[in-house]
Amino acid sequence: MHVPEGNVERSKKLPEIFIHAEDLCFSYDAEGPDAHPALKGVSLDIQKGEYVAVLGHNGSGKSTFAKLLNLLLEPTSGKLTVAGMDLTSSGIEEKDLLDLRRKVGMVFQNPDNQLVATLVEEDVAFGPENLGVPQSELRKRVDDALNTVDMTSYALQEPHRLSGGQKQRVAIAGILAMQPQCIIFDESTAMLDPNGRQEVLRTVKKLNREQGITILNITHYMNEAAEADRILVINDGKLLLDGTPDEVFAERSVLQEVGLEVPQCTELIHRLRERGISLQGSQISDAEACADMIARAWKAKHGKGGPANG
Amino acid sequence: MDKIRLEHVSFVYNQGLPFEQVALDDISLSIRAGCTTGIIGHTGSGKSTMMQMLNGLTKPTSGKILLDGYDINATLEDVFEEWSSKPEYRELSKGARKKAIKREISNRRSELCFRVGLVMQYPEYQLFEETVEKDIAFGPRNMGLSEQEIADRVREAARFTGLDEDLLQKSPFDLSGGQKRRVALAGVIAMRPEVLVLDEPAAGLDPVGRTRILEGVSQYQKSTGSTVLIVSHSMEDMARYCDDVIVMGGARVLMQGDRKEVFSHAEELIEAGLDIPQITHLIRLLRKRGMELPENVYTVEDALAAVEEAFAD
Repeated sequence: MHVPEGNVERSKKLPEIFIHAEDLCFSYDAEGPDAHPALKGVSLDIQKGEYVAVLGHNGSGKSTFAKLLNLLLEPTSGKLTVAGMDLTSSGIEEKDLLDLRRKVGMVFQNPDNQLVATLVEEDVAFGPENLGVPQSELRKRVDDALNTVDMTSYALQEPHRLSGGQKQRVAIAGILAMQPQCIIFDESTAMLDPNGRQEVLRTVKKLNREQGITILNITHYMNEAAEADRILVINDGKLLLDGTPDEVFAERSVLQEVGLEVPQCTELIHRLRERGISLQGSQISDAEACADMIARAWKAKHGKGGPANG
Repeated sequence: MDKIRLEHVSFVYNQGLPFEQVALDDISLSIRAGCTTGIIGHTGSGKSTMMQMLNGLTKPTSGKILLDGYDINATLEDVFEEWSSKPEYRELSKGARKKAIKREISNRRSELCFRVGLVMQYPEYQLFEETVEKDIAFGPRNMGLSEQEIADRVREAARFTGLDEDLLQKSPFDLSGGQKRRVALAGVIAMRPEVLVLDEPAAGLDPVGRTRILEGVSQYQKSTGSTVLIVSHSMEDMARYCDDVIVMGGARVLMQGDRKEVFSHAEELIEAGLDIPQITHLIRLLRKRGMELPENVYTVEDALAAVEEAFAD
């Protein structure tokens, strides 16, 4: 690409691509008789520091996609580059794998399956210790990580005595202590109660906003997806929709066809419009914005206060 | 009429040990027959312990659990007392009395597992048979039913839970998560329990999976008139499927009653760990912006009607 002179400064700030997938395919048992294609040619780029939600019904291929990103599964064909490393090249060695998994951490669904040690701080130290981080540095990393997820006061507790939300935050701290660039959440809030879910979501947001960590949140909760900068909808192994929450949730019928819903607020806006109520605006994924939109139209209609701009 | 009554039920884990923990503290409540009752509570509020008591998996440390008026954990002495006034019992010899009582207790216990069906959290992990059909048939077979009756019940349960006939011969391990969960539910429904107890049946499912499993439960409830108990955090699901609601917290019952009545205490419910639906939140925001709307709206349908009315005025 031609970069005009004097624009060098700006080009430095161009977003850096963290994940690059080109016609990415994956089949379970690819060589065997029961070959089952789960991912059928996905092409996309994810920038460094993006907060991306991934939606799709059970069996859509969204978890498969996530597992390719740190080579828990190996792509069958296509191209995949993560953190500057070509994951589809044949030259991937054990040390590259370790490096990749340090950079791209993963938090799974079941909080009880991820904690290994008998004390919270030992659990957080497990990853970096295995990477050979020196003792003095290790202490600092563990303390920082626990502080970030707000679990410092639980450092010497036994993990099995924690609530689900707390366990997931300890799992996140364990990844943070390895200083990752990206964290993938694979339905990490599915088994939590509403409080636990809020705790984890707040933490995720903080990691993205304050530390610039790239986030991929695979979820069934539309309200969770609405908090991301961008939503990917995967269906039948293909990328179906890709856009901001407002853009994606505008495609209600497409989502319904593949067994997904829009958030309740968005659903109400769609239905009110179907009933002939004119609502102006495209911000439909957030309750506050939806409330503003409806109230504005209502005031305009009834001539109550404010300029009528409906 | 009450299907189930709990009278001063307490449960203590590790009683007498340093880690002693009171899971249920003097709980008394009743569950209406033929209704769906929702149970809400934080992790550790005692709700799962209570659910496990209903079919005898866990026995209370003290207090009684009555099913149709009978103590489900009745001891030899209890039945002896219960029967002592019966003339036909007095005619028996001493040995025959003892035998009759023992038989009665064993019958009540084994019947209890069939009468009260428990669907635990993530029940799909409990599937084990070679085919879906065999897995669903496991319960009815243990009830000693005829092959014809078993086959009928498997078909019936598959129909309630929306499982296609052609899935029946597949291995349960080849199914999707939502399908597996419905197979597990069908396995319990096939015993035609009078009481169906479900611990977070929709947790971790996608929207379609959620609706399917809850509709399956609702279908079963409606066509058999059984009593259903559902543990859930979702106010929306409760609004859609439950007649009554019980709120638990700190090993006690905080509130119980008709859904509308309990839901009118919204703030306490959120405190108790219930997820407030986004639509309820939106309606509140609209009220703050001056629109006259009812306070308690929990479904998109109700919200649509209310907002439309506000626009029509």
